[in-house]
Amino acid sequence: MPTVRIPSVLRKHTDGATKVAADGATVGEVLRAVATEHPGLAEQLFDGEAVRGFINVYVDDEDIRYVSGLDTPVEGDSEVALMPAVAGGAA
Amino acid sequence: MESVRATAPPYLLDRGTWEQLVARAWSDFPYEVCGLLGRRPDGTLAHFPVDNADRSVTTYSMEPKQLLQAMREIEDEGWELAIYHSHTHTRAYPSETDIRLAAYPEATYLIVTLEDRDHPDIRAFRILDGQVTERAVVVTDEQVA
Repeated sequence: MPTVRIPSVLRKHTDGATKVAADGATVGEVLRAVATEHPGLAEQLFDGEAVRGFINVYVDDEDIRYVSGLDTPVEGDSEVALMPAVAGGAA
Repeated sequence: MESVRATAPPYLLDRGTWEQLVARAWSDFPYEVCGLLGRRPDGTLAHFPVDNADRSVTTYSMEPKQLLQAMREIEDEGWELAIYHSHTHTRAYPSETDIRLAAYPEATYLIVTLEDRDHPDIRAFRILDGQVTERAVVVTDEQVA
């Protein structure tokens, strides 16, 4: 079953777990399964059907924006990583 | 010299890393640079430069793939996280953008300023729920071991 790496800022919704397992054939299915299991994550992760823009999502180290977005396929041994963007600046 | 009214503990920065960060800030001037530091259990710092995907004078956004690799190593090792970027034309204090986009409550945010070209400076902050607390930067002569 794929695992999902949870960033520190969202671990309060997973009882502190750094990784959770969730089933699905695409990254979208996996993230929906995680959000169902941990309801507090749903609002943090999703804006409607889309993942919130400031959260980077990777499947096996590839940024899904450069693959097929939430339709990106996942394998049983895939790692889906969630990572808030690090951004800012003087402006 | 400005008095520091910090309530958080100081952030120890060895002189070599301080100089690396300032040199890196100059390296792509006038564009902002960014990266991560991880403090090992022995107190020494590991430096992870990350490309600024914006390549902008006024904003930065860490290149996502490099960010993942660096952040994963720091998290897996359990090192204390610091996130740095440069301000090339303004003071070393978190901007409204920095505060709004701060998504790592456990991190110390370092800002390198080149505003005074002859006197670059680095300041450190915690940013929690929009509240900024300064950590005094203490420059040490050697990597703490």
